[in-house]
Amino acid sequence: MASERLYLYPVWVRLWHWFNALMCLILILTGVSMQYSNPEFPMIRFDLAVTWHNVSGVLITASYIIFIIGNLVTRNGKYYRAKIKGLFKRLYKQFMYYLIGIFKDAKKPYPITKKRKFNPLQKLSYILIMYVAMPLIFITGWALLYPEAIIHNFLGFSGLHLTGLLHIFSGFIISVFMLVHIYFCTIGTTALSNFKAMINGWHE
Amino acid sequence: MIISCILCNITLLHAQEGEEIPENVIENQQCFQCHGTPFYYYYNEWVEKDVRERMNPYFVFDSAEYYLSNHKSFLCTDCHSTDYEVFPHDHGLRMEPKYTCMDCHEGDDNFAHFKFEEIVSEFELSVHSDRHSEDFTCWMCHNPHSYHINARTSESVINTIAYDNGICLSCHADLDMYQIIMDEENPNILSTHNWLPNQGLHFANVRCIECHAQINDSLLVAHHILPKEQAVQLCTECHSSNSLMMASLYKHQTIIQRGNIGYVNAAILNEAYVVGANRNYYLNLISLVSFGLVFIGIFVHGILRVILKKG
Repeated sequence: MASERLYLYPVWVRLWHWFNALMCLILILTGVSMQYSNPEFPMIRFDLAVTWHNVSGVLITASYIIFIIGNLVTRNGKYYRAKIKGLFKRLYKQFMYYLIGIFKDAKKPYPITKKRKFNPLQKLSYILIMYVAMPLIFITGWALLYPEAIIHNFLGFSGLHLTGLLHIFSGFIISVFMLVHIYFCTIGTTALSNFKAMINGWHE
Repeated sequence: MIISCILCNITLLHAQEGEEIPENVIENQQCFQCHGTPFYYYYNEWVEKDVRERMNPYFVFDSAEYYLSNHKSFLCTDCHSTDYEVFPHDHGLRMEPKYTCMDCHEGDDNFAHFKFEEIVSEFELSVHSDRHSEDFTCWMCHNPHSYHINARTSESVINTIAYDNGICLSCHADLDMYQIIMDEENPNILSTHNWLPNQGLHFANVRCIECHAQINDSLLVAHHILPKEQAVQLCTECHSSNSLMMASLYKHQTIIQRGNIGYVNAAILNEAYVVGANRNYYLNLISLVSFGLVFIGIFVHGILRVILKKG
């Protein structure tokens, strides 16, 4: 069981994942630096932060398109499909494991298999991030690159302001996800086994 | 001499039926029928026929702009000699000294809130004053035949920006105008601003003076134009919660719109969204608290896992 090795991460998924992670990191750091810019305490020089943010934004969009195409033409896409029936029950079970069971060395309610790469909580959070938050941040980000395309007034609100707000909000959600994601990756056979799996492709 | 009118004045054309046309419009029409068009016509008694003549383009004034300007109620002869009423004009009239702004506006309580004296003091410190002769007067930027106050009256910041930048560009993007008082070639403002990210966006959404003038707290529009070496080049001067745009471009909006919906620099939000300058106090607080809770949660969970040596 624990010693069983599963080849879960093909090369294209690993390459996409690490590139995506690097771009996310640059985007979060430069985004925070711009949003909280202060002449007295500069984090990243503003004009550099703008350039890096824009370039990384374009690159991560391209990598996202590759991810979507990859999920359509390979079997990887099926890991991102969830059944609604019994979803809350499964989520609750997994949540309680992380809250209590994990400290009692309880049996994992949804162990990883060839058919089940993600547990219910993982699956839901990945679906929400990859299919809701990411498209939202891409659309708003590209709109902010071409602000002349944004509707000036949307139901009495400034279109530009709403776009900026949505961009920052989705960026915030993705940042929180990234933190939690990195922490939960330490929950494996060993604290580093999941990180190794994303390097060599083999889940232990 | 008989001055023949071929082109009708726009103002007269647009006057509604029954609407009273101000007296100065009728009297000024005598001037605008020649000085409002690139060509004028007159009866030449020497050759005994009507003649079409070219007007010096620097002496052509748009009557429509004039009647929208601050000086719209003036007769041309309020500022120019009444001898101009005779055609052809006496050559000696070219030497007529022109009024300056301060000839009328200085010490006048009606205009006290515009602070003309302080504007002059600021102007005298500016590069426009110390790099040029006395030929650089207020008229170089504020054409008395078309100028109208903008920052106080415009309902759209974008319109104010376009109008104010148009004043700068009338010389700095026009070689003929620039060389009226300068020998050197007009620098290309696009290449000199190459360093500026999103150049087009900045040109359309901020005025030249935001970066090129020294902000004066008591003046609505700064007139102390700085040498180019002293222009603002640090992005965070504007892109920060202490944005200098609040003391310049959005100063009027800030004064009249004290309302705040939790936003730092809320006045900017009416027209634009400036990264780093528009921050919402409550959203900032919520995001910090949320991040804090996530960190604490991860920390506690991690510590418990280590202590219990499980998971």
